[in-house]
Amino acid sequence: MKLSLIAIASLFAMPAWAVEKSDVVTTYANIAAAAYADSLITAKTLQSAIDTFLAAPSDTTLATARTAWIAARVPYMQTEVYRFGNPIVDDWEGRVNAWPLDEGLIDYVDASYGGATDDNAYAVLNVIANPSFELSGRTIDAGTITPALLSDTLQEADGAESNVATGYHAIEFLLWGQDLNGTGPGAGNRPFTDYASGDACTNSNCDRRAVYLRVATRLLVDDLTYMAGAWATDGVGRTTLLADPDAAIGAMLTGLGSLSYGELAGQRMKLGVLLHDPEEEHDCFSDNTHQSHYYDGLGVQNVWLGRYEGVDGSSVSGPSLADLVAALDPDTAAQLTTEIAASVADLDAIRDAVAGGMAYDMMLASDNPDGNALILTAVDALVAQTRSIERAVTALQLADVTLEGSDSLDAPTAVFQ
Amino acid sequence: MQNIPCRPIVLSAALGIAVLALSGQTAPADLTTAHLSVTPRTADEAARIAAVTAPTTDFSKPEPFETNPGGAASVRARGNADAFSQPSGNISFERELDFKVGDGLFRKIWVAAPASTLVSDGLGPLFNARSCQSCHIKDGRGHPPVGDEHAVSMFLRVSVPATSDAPIAQIEQYLADHGDPATRTSPHPVYGGQLQDFSTPGVAAEYRLQIDYTEQPVTLSGGETASLRVPTYTAADLGYGPLGDDTMLSPRVAPPMIGLGLIEALPAADILALADPTDANGDGISGRAQIVWSREDDRPMLGRFGLKAGAPSIREQSAAAFAGDIGISSPLFSDASGDCTAQQPACIAAPNGNTGTADMTEVGADSLDLVTFYARNLAVPERRGVEDTTVLRGKQIFYETGCTACHTPKFVTDRLTDQPEQSFQLIWPYTDVLLHDMGPGLADNRPESGASGQEWRTAPLWGIGLTEQVSGHATFLHDGRARSLLEAVLWHGGEAQAQRDAVVAMPPADRAALIAFLESL
Repeated sequence: MKLSLIAIASLFAMPAWAVEKSDVVTTYANIAAAAYADSLITAKTLQSAIDTFLAAPSDTTLATARTAWIAARVPYMQTEVYRFGNPIVDDWEGRVNAWPLDEGLIDYVDASYGGATDDNAYAVLNVIANPSFELSGRTIDAGTITPALLSDTLQEADGAESNVATGYHAIEFLLWGQDLNGTGPGAGNRPFTDYASGDACTNSNCDRRAVYLRVATRLLVDDLTYMAGAWATDGVGRTTLLADPDAAIGAMLTGLGSLSYGELAGQRMKLGVLLHDPEEEHDCFSDNTHQSHYYDGLGVQNVWLGRYEGVDGSSVSGPSLADLVAALDPDTAAQLTTEIAASVADLDAIRDAVAGGMAYDMMLASDNPDGNALILTAVDALVAQTRSIERAVTALQLADVTLEGSDSLDAPTAVFQ
Repeated sequence: MQNIPCRPIVLSAALGIAVLALSGQTAPADLTTAHLSVTPRTADEAARIAAVTAPTTDFSKPEPFETNPGGAASVRARGNADAFSQPSGNISFERELDFKVGDGLFRKIWVAAPASTLVSDGLGPLFNARSCQSCHIKDGRGHPPVGDEHAVSMFLRVSVPATSDAPIAQIEQYLADHGDPATRTSPHPVYGGQLQDFSTPGVAAEYRLQIDYTEQPVTLSGGETASLRVPTYTAADLGYGPLGDDTMLSPRVAPPMIGLGLIEALPAADILALADPTDANGDGISGRAQIVWSREDDRPMLGRFGLKAGAPSIREQSAAAFAGDIGISSPLFSDASGDCTAQQPACIAAPNGNTGTADMTEVGADSLDLVTFYARNLAVPERRGVEDTTVLRGKQIFYETGCTACHTPKFVTDRLTDQPEQSFQLIWPYTDVLLHDMGPGLADNRPESGASGQEWRTAPLWGIGLTEQVSGHATFLHDGRARSLLEAVLWHGGEAQAQRDAVVAMPPADRAALIAFLESL
């Protein structure tokens, strides 16, 4: 009863004096539970579509699998705001969403791909074509493509982060293939016959390619099963936060700020414009980057406003960070609400441009000032909202939330003060 | 003028008798001039710093703040290979963006010119690696090649004795003016400052690194034994003719990247105060300051970075690595041909990437600054198990054996006006940032600036216990010859011979405790 009353109060922006930190944290955990559960559901739908595709490869079944992958990104990207502060997510995330990847590790690549011998010796390892290979002085038996081979041996092989063997982007590559269009129109265009049997098989090793795709998808489902469980009732993600609501509020704000600023605005958006390089595109095989960025931004808004709309139309809501901050500093809360809405709108404008025919990789081109500007406008909005997030931190009188270890020379209790 | 891409001019103080008498009291003022934006310490602060950095004598419990080796910039020690890849714990969201963009550049795979991406080309023509990250694997320690693999995270520096008519460099003049009878060296006339085993199409690579090891048993107390592998380095498959008999080679693995900004933020005066070039205190340890010429500030500066402290700042170290290791020019090293010499004409003539950036170098000032910022803010992970009784016992042994004579536990960084992450932090790097004679066993016999062929900069020990977790190997020292922390200790000679001998002789349980302490760092 109390929860729903507060939720209603927050809708009408009434003074949020009754908001308890533990209730805000509970909402946060409830959204995580719903979003990871949705990620798992959509990953299982993807798995089912891939099974159907592999049983009867065709343009139609491939298209259905690709559609399922794009749908699976919708809830998952909204969970990225749980990174940067939740240790179980931070320690796990690389298995699920690592990028960029040297796709030649996994399968055949175009001759223009290069990098055959130097730098990353495994960049063109092509495990699908090679049932046995040398890795860091050891002979690896890859005769059977197993989950352990992908997650324990190939993932980050030889310490190279671009040796990504698992997760969404590995599956994306296996469904779309390389995008060889640079900053021109078009995504990856892998033929369904890459999975055909007998003489119909293109690019060889169709059976091993199918096994790889099936195993990588199973690993994704397994990883998401773990994380969905971690946020369910009594899950470790939830109990860790509720044991220390102050620290949890700090983790929430750290996630909001770090995702908005460094990760999304910086590494995924600004760097690509800086280098004008489509290799810096996040969902580069499928040209789905605009959606990934948008749902990252929406995830920030979800956590701030304490609400989430599920893939089946159901919704979660409750006392929010916005309520908590509004009780202490209504101006900052209102401004941050406005700014987050603006960044979501700017990210949506990128989606509109894509719908109009300008793909995200085309926006990166050095001779496309309008495209560059679309991205940089959203970057500016994300930067602006992070400044307000910092003011929210001040309003909540949290210590520097990015500070994981609280002992410091300048800390009030330290010897130097 | 010949391009000297990898280091300042090389010269030696190896004659061993008259060395630079540099200490906090006698150092020329310009050596203590900060290159960062520093707020001077007050007398009150200096007194508090002296108190807090005094070595502990109480090993019954951890010291305050000992868990955070990087002060407030420390981060949670992640349990996976990402433990060295986190931004300073106290970084703001705004500056985290610069860190992330710098991270992207650090991982960036450079391509040969000409390429469609004007900003990303310029690789080589001679190079050791295509990206920063491919040597600094997971921002951690490089390793010698295993089996037949290429030596990506390791290479050989090269030089020859200077000819008598070689022009006197500024740093040589400076050191001579301060009483150093230097042996002068020059980059190799054909191969330049280091050997690159890769090249762009149409240009011959310089060599292939061949390492042969022989095992050397060591008898320890309590019936224990160890075995050290003694390396022999051969520059095989030379692409430009023989090196010549007087050529000096120095093998180097890529050092870990954590905590560099904190080392840079140490007051030069605090490091110089530890120098004892003539062993005036009679402890057998004669730390010497490396003095190098700063390209950026155009003056002599304290060397801090690199295995012989050959670079005075992170920015110069980064620019030198771009030039020497990847063949990427920058505003500090503007030659697009990297380490190519005039006697490698195909290399000089190869297309370059000095297009597409505002500075008309292959990496522009903005990008160099971002990489510098990234390197400055790679955080030191928190220690694990500081309260463990074995760890505390090992700490006591570490102190009482005299390891702290060079591996200085504690410092306080300068107050910096524009680097809040590094400003005024109590840090625990376990290095004095000075050069020490490590004996003939570890010697590369190749002088570098003020460092002799037997001298190396004391390596920071923070994070060393996470090496295997981050890098998938546990090899140590400048060339990765040690296969465990114990082997690394046993390789110590020269000024550290007495400490090494003490470790050999101590009861096995104490030796194990010492290693447990190192593993907790």
